[in-house]
Amino acid sequence: MKGSDVTVSGISKSFGAFKALKGVSLEIKKGEFFSLLGPSGCGKTTLLRVIAGFEEPDSGIVGIDGRDVSGLPPDKRRCNTVFQSYALFPHLTVFENVAFPLRLKRLPNRLVRELVMKHLSLVQLEGHAEKRPSMLSGGQKQRVAIARALINEPSVLLLDEPLSALDAKLRQRMLVELDSIHDKVGITFIYVTHDQQEALSVSDRIAVMDQGLVLQIGSPQQIYENPASDFVARFIGETNIFAGVVASREGPFATVECEGLGPLLVEANGEAPLGARVSVAVRPEKIRIAAESPGARPELNVLSGVVEEPIYSGFQTKYIIHLAGGGSVTVFRQHANWSEGVPDLKWKDEVYLSWSARDSVVVESDAVANDEVVNGAARPPAP
Amino acid sequence: MKKLRLHGAYRAVRATLKGIRPLPPRISGSGPPATGRKGHAKRRRGIAVSDFVYWAVIAFLFAPLVVLFAYSFNSSKSGSWTGFSFMWYERLFLGSGLLWNAFGNSAIIALGSASAATLLGSLAAVGTSRYSFWYRPYVKSMSFIPMILPEIIVGVSLLVFFAGVGLKLGLLTVWIAHTTFNIPFVYLLVSARLEEFDPSIIEAARDLGATEVQTLLRIILPITMPGIASGFLTAVTLSLEDFVITFFVAGPGSTTLPLFIYSAIRFGVSPVINALSAVMVAGTVLLIYPARNFLKAYAAH
Ligand SMILES: Nc1ncnc2c1ncn2[C@@H]1O[C@H](COP(=O)(O)OP(=O)(O)O)[C@@H](O)[C@H]1O
Ligand SMILES: [Mg+2]
Repeated sequence: MKGSDVTVSGISKSFGAFKALKGVSLEIKKGEFFSLLGPSGCGKTTLLRVIAGFEEPDSGIVGIDGRDVSGLPPDKRRCNTVFQSYALFPHLTVFENVAFPLRLKRLPNRLVRELVMKHLSLVQLEGHAEKRPSMLSGGQKQRVAIARALINEPSVLLLDEPLSALDAKLRQRMLVELDSIHDKVGITFIYVTHDQQEALSVSDRIAVMDQGLVLQIGSPQQIYENPASDFVARFIGETNIFAGVVASREGPFATVECEGLGPLLVEANGEAPLGARVSVAVRPEKIRIAAESPGARPELNVLSGVVEEPIYSGFQTKYIIHLAGGGSVTVFRQHANWSEGVPDLKWKDEVYLSWSARDSVVVESDAVANDEVVNGAARPPAP
Repeated sequence: MKKLRLHGAYRAVRATLKGIRPLPPRISGSGPPATGRKGHAKRRRGIAVSDFVYWAVIAFLFAPLVVLFAYSFNSSKSGSWTGFSFMWYERLFLGSGLLWNAFGNSAIIALGSASAATLLGSLAAVGTSRYSFWYRPYVKSMSFIPMILPEIIVGVSLLVFFAGVGLKLGLLTVWIAHTTFNIPFVYLLVSARLEEFDPSIIEAARDLGATEVQTLLRIILPITMPGIASGFLTAVTLSLEDFVITFFVAGPGSTTLPLFIYSAIRFGVSPVINALSAVMVAGTVLLIYPARNFLKAYAAH
């Protein structure tokens, strides 16, 4: 496999008194499509710039291909960057933009033409070689930036929110294309984004960041199904979070006593000692909603409530349910197999919510998050 | 100071005019598409008033030039029209050695000081925008001082300085003086252009393997070229028309055109000066369009 492994260990970086990175460590494998995902201002760009060599870290080491590259200038690391603003040279044509690094190396014209055309065809821009950047659309500029970053044949490509300036439809198309470019060139991609959908759909692995820290590293599925903390659970997709205390444990399951809701049976992977304050996370699409009680089964959690707001959006309906015990829960109902019976749930209808213990997880509750839990019963019922 | 204020007033009038009435398509080149009939009908009254203001201001600005132009073809020296003649142009081109000498001095000084100021001012602009060093804020604020100071003070202080270091007044001192007052203008224009462009362009160049010098020559310079060119043109203009500072620092043999005209006019207005002015206005108009088109074409990409 082409590409390099990238090792980041113990990177810290401050701007004045502000700590942008607080000891970040990552292991990125050769040829991997690796995403740095986190809210705006969490330090993603700073980390990318440290890897690229634009920013000198206060401490920590960056290794590319097993070689320590700390202190080397950007052009001496085998990586190139696609900048958020594209950073195309406005006075040069598309062709000369892409040819820029080759011109610096004084390669013969024929070779330059061959290489540039090869890369322009990789990003499907052969027909635009003689245009200036100002004549291109956002998506085309993006492709030029990618072709230019690839022409030096780096073994790592760094992309800083490359799609953020494009509209939603185009973003989807570019994302698919980016994925196919990754497959074709086979090098390591490090992709920065604040958009969880983007990260989930293309990444081999994702590092979720917040406030200068890496909170969790894993495949999209791991991150979505087994979030490590409140923050990750809420940042990736929609989630219902209930705060509670571990009351008992039996096998892989724990019973968590939640305020206002009573006991919930939850799958707990190891760490959930008796008496610990934890959060229970349940994805809205895992909850069944019905007008009748599903009946008691040992592994089933059942809550009852009142429909506060049905929100129809074509492929699914989102219900916000006011729980009998206080607080509210979000539920998605997919419109698959619609013919088997349309649940006619209206505003103020009484409903039963149920989900299997295996479909909910115990996550670490960070104190900050507890104060602002959106959906769950952690919010004290209004007096 | 006076020069600056006049300049400002002129700009203000130009800007106001632009707002009131679009320039005729002949002048604005690839101007905006013609407005629909409907739009015109709605704004007819507004245009009638602004038309009047427009022509009044144009007349006010250009009447003196028209008079000057007419009198350069007068066949006598008197203030009244006595007949058409090319005699003053003949005298201007054939019998005015000293005048052409002064013109030559002005041209040398203008091009020389504009070149030096463009080089220094542009480098200063690149330096203060790209690098940080402890005296950067001082450079930034000090560079404006020659622009704000009354010319007479700049003139006197330069004279005192040249006397102090024992430099004989002549072309060299005029050149130094003009370079000095031109630098801030170039610095300002180039800085403005540099501020506009995305700093990640420079990072991209470095990332792709360009050295500091290559980045400067292949990226920064071409992108800031419109700023540099307009800085150069401004410097040439300011140098050509400067009187006050030159008056203090010129010596024998370094008389510039404004100084020559001033001394000639002390013995009564000679129609030769009218002819010269007419030639210069015509020359300026001829030069402005290529320069403007160049800047426009450059800015277009
Ligand atoms: N050059 C800088 N000087 C001062 N603060 C900076 C600088 N670069 C980034 N920061 C700060 O560091 C934090 C992280 O920035 P950044 O890495 O750009 O976040 P992200 O890319 O995740 O949105 C932000 O709060 C930002 O204001
Ligand atoms: Mg960023």
